[in-house]
Amino acid sequence: MGMDIGSTASKCVIMKNGREIAAQSVVPLGTGTSGPERSLEGVLKESGLSQEDIALTAATGYGRNSIPQAKLSFSELSCHAKGACWLFPAVRTVIDIGGQDVKALTILNGRLDQFVMNDKCAAGTGRFLEVMAHVLDKELSEMPELDARSKNRVDISSTCTVFAESEVISQLAQGVDICDLVAGIHRSVARRAASLVKRLGIIEPLFLTGGVAQNSGVVRALEKELGLTVRTDPRAQLAGAIGAALLAWEQIREEE
Amino acid sequence: MAELNKQEIKPAKIRLKEIAEKATQDAWEAKKRGEKIGWCASNFPQEIPTTLGIHVVYPENHGAAIGAKGGGQRMCEHAEGLGYSSDICSYARINFAYADLKECPELNIPQPDFLLCCNNICNCLIKWYENLAFQLDIPLILIDIPRLDAFECDQDRIKYIRAQFDDCIRRLEEITGKKWDEERFKEVMAISQRSSKAWLKAVDYMKYVPSPFSGFDIFNNMAVACVARGTLEGAEAFEQLAREYEENVKNGTSTFKVKEEYRVLFEGIACWAHLSYTFKTLKNFGINVTSTIYGPAFSFLYQNLDELMAAYSYVPNCNIFEREVELRVKDAIKNKVDGAIIHMNRSCKKWSGNLYELERQLREQAGIPTVMFDGDQSDPRAFSEAQYLTRVQGLVEIMAANKRQKEEQNRE
Repeated sequence: MGMDIGSTASKCVIMKNGREIAAQSVVPLGTGTSGPERSLEGVLKESGLSQEDIALTAATGYGRNSIPQAKLSFSELSCHAKGACWLFPAVRTVIDIGGQDVKALTILNGRLDQFVMNDKCAAGTGRFLEVMAHVLDKELSEMPELDARSKNRVDISSTCTVFAESEVISQLAQGVDICDLVAGIHRSVARRAASLVKRLGIIEPLFLTGGVAQNSGVVRALEKELGLTVRTDPRAQLAGAIGAALLAWEQIREEE
Repeated sequence: MAELNKQEIKPAKIRLKEIAEKATQDAWEAKKRGEKIGWCASNFPQEIPTTLGIHVVYPENHGAAIGAKGGGQRMCEHAEGLGYSSDICSYARINFAYADLKECPELNIPQPDFLLCCNNICNCLIKWYENLAFQLDIPLILIDIPRLDAFECDQDRIKYIRAQFDDCIRRLEEITGKKWDEERFKEVMAISQRSSKAWLKAVDYMKYVPSPFSGFDIFNNMAVACVARGTLEGAEAFEQLAREYEENVKNGTSTFKVKEEYRVLFEGIACWAHLSYTFKTLKNFGINVTSTIYGPAFSFLYQNLDELMAAYSYVPNCNIFEREVELRVKDAIKNKVDGAIIHMNRSCKKWSGNLYELERQLREQAGIPTVMFDGDQSDPRAFSEAQYLTRVQGLVEIMAANKRQKEEQNRE
């Protein structure tokens, strides 16, 4: 089993023989909440298994060291690299936009080679999008659709989440179209991620993981910023948990 | 010899700690005797005050000590309350706070009668010391050493520094009433050389696998390389330190108390306020620091007066960028590091400004994985434990995979 206990969501997968996903669960609550427990319960329920049936559990994410069921813990860097390679074997560069960090990873021979992460603050992360959705009184799931309807994207120039929030409020007060604001917010996230991956050095193909990968608006904005195709997968949010499960599987194989 | 052996009963690290404390104590006593004492920048040519027999204390070391003892945030916030921006170096902010408060529970230093500034490590120091001079209404002597724009320091620069060196002596004679003595100067230069060579010899033992000492020891021991490089006690303590490390190599022992699984280059100033966490995290993964610019940074090697002037231009932050890269790459290769941990220090704009490029070149030229974390030398607010742990663990996982791959290749 792989558990990715992030800052804003808890993700669990059970993998069979290191090849297929037997069950998966995502709870939009992160470390320090009931999220990890609920995610664990969810995945066991879906699979019809009990904890005793699980050969080995590995955890990753910010809450990785507070999961009693997990015998192993790995950084989310290795897990996202591993998970991305499983979802898209040709991948050479992974961009992960998580709850409170953004990372760019290069993959060499199927494993993590080098990485860079956001510095100074959490601007451009999933949390930034959550705050903005809240200001706009929209659900995160509505954001891609709003972005798609934008005709005249607005620039959000503040890097700081709090300042960007004020900027969005002021634009709203001026009657700016909400779709144009959403497109501006997505571009702001994409620009932060793009500069990070450029610093690392882009090797194609690129693959986007993390919860934000579900947001087609961000994916489009990122493609535009980089001038490249950015691939993703409906299971991209599970990449960290998949990677943790695969690393647990490798450990079992080594011990055998 | 018998006398030397008697002194050597005390471990070198204790002697070094005592020497650093005594330097502050001596300044206090001089102040009480009515002598003029100074505050001095860490890479100011210490040969001048030492030769003149003038006592100085070092605000940068003081800021590090206050940071390590948990007073950094309180002092930084006090300075911010005085109107200083939180973007200014935390050593400077702590020092502004101390100049205002005149005391703190962590460590007290005497108030200055004059200031000795040298901008070879950063230009922030100039504005910092100008502020102090204004605030305390005392004289400021600046030795301006511009950043090198070539690999070597040329004659024009040497002449420029020399003229300021002579002017500084003249002004200090006026301020303190003490007289310059050429014979004493030669003696101080000889002792400084002895200290520098011993320090370099000691840190050079990091090249052994495993290293005979924990790299974080350098952060503690280097204080003497700064404050008492020109003293006989300092030279002798460093020579003892080198002998102890040599002994450790022979016996296969080390002050790094766990198995040395990985060796890394640590770039930047320590996070004094989080020294324990940053060290223990590395130790828990079996990571020892076996390369840091602090080795060469506090050794000033010269054979004559011209070379002395040039030596103060070769301070790491004063070098041309290519020389900075070369210093690190050579040290990383010589000391067989598996990766690098880079401190993006919010305080130090000079040091952090080129770190992205330094990181890239280290990766390419030394062929090692690198990781960067946010922090600050003495302001605890710019550091996150979780962020540091994740980055270090990510680096460990890459270093472990590299190691496995190497072992597999060796087997083939």
